[in-house]
Amino acid sequence: MIPELGHFALIMALVIALVQSSLPVIGAAKGIDSWVAMAKSIARLQLFFMLIAFAALTYAFIVHDFSVLYVASNSNTQLPLLFRISAVWGGHEGSLLFWALTLSLWTGAVTVFSKSIPKDMLARVISVLGMVSVGFLLFMLLTSNPFDRLAVAPAEGRDLNPLLQDFGLAIHPPMLYMGYVGFSVAFAFAIAAMLGGKLDAAWARWSRPWTAIAWIFLTLGISLGSWWAYYELGWGGWWFWDPVENASFLPWLVGTALMHSLAVTEKRGTFKAWTVLLAISAFSLSLLGTFLVRSGVLTSVHAFATDPGRGVFILIFLIVVIGGSLVLYAWRAPSIRSSVSFNLFSRETALLFNNVILVVVAASVLLGTLYPLLLDALGVGKISVGPPYFNSVFVPLTIPLAMLIGVGAMMRWKQDKPGRLIKALAPSLVISIVAGLLLPLMADEYSFGAAIGLMLAIWITLSTLQGVRLRLANKGYSLQALASVPRSFYGMSFAHIGVAVFIVGITLTSIYSEEKDVRMVPGEKFVLKGYSFEFKGAQSEQGPNYIAQTGNLSVTKDGQYITDLNPEKRVYLVQKMPMTEAAIDAGLTRDLFVALGEPRGEEGAWSVRIYVKPFIRWIWLGTIIMALGGLLAATDRRYRLAKKMAESDKREATV
Amino acid sequence: MKPARKKRLFFIIFLITGIAVAAGFALYAFNQNLMFYFSPSEVKQGKAPVNKLFRMGGMVVEGTFKKEKNTLKVFFDITDYEKTVTVEYTGLLPDLFREGQGIISRGKLNSDGIFVAEEVLAKHDENYMPPEVAESLKKAKK
Repeated sequence: MIPELGHFALIMALVIALVQSSLPVIGAAKGIDSWVAMAKSIARLQLFFMLIAFAALTYAFIVHDFSVLYVASNSNTQLPLLFRISAVWGGHEGSLLFWALTLSLWTGAVTVFSKSIPKDMLARVISVLGMVSVGFLLFMLLTSNPFDRLAVAPAEGRDLNPLLQDFGLAIHPPMLYMGYVGFSVAFAFAIAAMLGGKLDAAWARWSRPWTAIAWIFLTLGISLGSWWAYYELGWGGWWFWDPVENASFLPWLVGTALMHSLAVTEKRGTFKAWTVLLAISAFSLSLLGTFLVRSGVLTSVHAFATDPGRGVFILIFLIVVIGGSLVLYAWRAPSIRSSVSFNLFSRETALLFNNVILVVVAASVLLGTLYPLLLDALGVGKISVGPPYFNSVFVPLTIPLAMLIGVGAMMRWKQDKPGRLIKALAPSLVISIVAGLLLPLMADEYSFGAAIGLMLAIWITLSTLQGVRLRLANKGYSLQALASVPRSFYGMSFAHIGVAVFIVGITLTSIYSEEKDVRMVPGEKFVLKGYSFEFKGAQSEQGPNYIAQTGNLSVTKDGQYITDLNPEKRVYLVQKMPMTEAAIDAGLTRDLFVALGEPRGEEGAWSVRIYVKPFIRWIWLGTIIMALGGLLAATDRRYRLAKKMAESDKREATV
Repeated sequence: MKPARKKRLFFIIFLITGIAVAAGFALYAFNQNLMFYFSPSEVKQGKAPVNKLFRMGGMVVEGTFKKEKNTLKVFFDITDYEKTVTVEYTGLLPDLFREGQGIISRGKLNSDGIFVAEEVLAKHDENYMPPEVAESLKKAKK
């Protein structure tokens, strides 16, 4: 009964989405006020039915309703409650339901925080979001209904993929989806503005906090995925340039470009057409990511289903969305040319550089991700593009970006004097170069790569701090000055320092990590980077739905006891699937990482993988700081006072 | 030309050059790092390069998996049921590695015709067969 209710709620949601995608936008075009006024309530009604559908599926998981195919395939009576709930979005059908629910949630949020937005604009935005919703609901109902029943309910479910039975992965998809789907709001604003023919600064201002919030979720989602891969996949890497990872990284790159270009559009009224294009691209790449991950064209942990019908549907949907928006763009773009001019040496130029670099990076990642798929689809041959390609392109392209971060943020709009910047930044530059060159001397061996990475990180930090200092200096270093600087400025500075922390992490981890696969007999010691790992043997243990072999290693450094590490080798009983659970001793300056391989020989020997990874935590720490910066920027009071701003804009415009 | 326009022109030229350099650079790196896939049959026919990285996939032949004593070196044969190639690998094998399972490995062919793998991948699903392997098996059967 409950699953049927869920199914019914999905159908209702689709019907409402159809209304939502047509009535308000037509009302806005024809000036029918009553239709425009309906937008909010329709959107909320759709959210209501999506919540019912989602609750129905969650309920089916909680009570072990194995007559539902999706529950039977992804759950088990032994599965703990937390993972039964996360299993709701652990498979293909459920994750789509979650996607659609997320979209409704964003739409609902737009209806709540939209007091400053004109009714026509809001109606169009909600309609555009409704159209996306229609696509996803149709997809679900036609090809992947999570509520499909089995004729005969099995006594026991097939269990959730053991890889997904982990806290990090329970929250990774929701975060990522919030980000992916969040870009649909920026997209909807762009499309709505084009439909309405009013691409002004106000449009960019409404869009900015939404884009920033979507970006925060995406940043955290990608970061969680990386963290999960690090501790769960058992080979200690944090980024593999796997197509699935790229699928989430592409919208991030373009979304980052979008945030910066929105700033120019809002503050200076230029880059208008470009910003619209970026908004379309960011969302299209989110859809492409969903397509790549869900259609089964990619073979990875994430590809749940390989049903060609689904792939074709998403592909058509993708073509309709991208094609439709580009047609609209081509029609409207000529009329949205900006007339404001700016000097070459200005913040606008710096942000243009930022955009160009980010987009070029995104394009080269896209090339490496899609090219093998294309060749394969054409039947020309099977190739793969590995991490060496991505690293050799990504690193040199992003170095200039990193060099410009602090400088660009300090530059003034319209025009600036090189002399002012040189004077302000010369000491920082000298300190960065000297400190960057000297610091690697503290490591076991000198690395020029590490020197460059550290120089960049210190340079970003110092130039950003100098930017903050100058900003305060203008106002005479008082508490009032601290408070009068807008929160979004602190947000930006924070996020930029997050980049610096991130750079320290990736540089030092990539260069100074040491990894060894060794065969160890109980009692044997192995020394890596000054840490002595003593293997004490392995024994059997019983978990709730698995049996584990748990190893014990005692770690010492210079005779001082550090910690005991207990890596596990689990076999999950239902799917008979072996899993490596690494043991990690985390620290700010280094992680100790140990994973068990397999028994080797009679004396209780095991193959063991030992890693010492310096500064790896800084990678995720950096992303958290970036996200915090985003949060500060998104909650700037300007956006809450947007109405007043819109009025003052009018005044400015007339001047 | 007015100085402002000249400046703008320089700027645009500079930007386009920059993008062109970046693109050329990306394409170069792309060509350098393309990795091809060969089936054991193709390797035996001499289609695969010697001493250059490529990927090879197939089924691990039952009864061929050997561990070297006291080290982590292992040997096993992989096959597309047509031809068989011996693989040498040192290190930890993935969780799902076993005889009779489809795997993909990345490595180089040495002069003795042994494939020295740097990485061995087995999929995280019991029924899973890497698509490359499935296809080469199909081809070999024909």
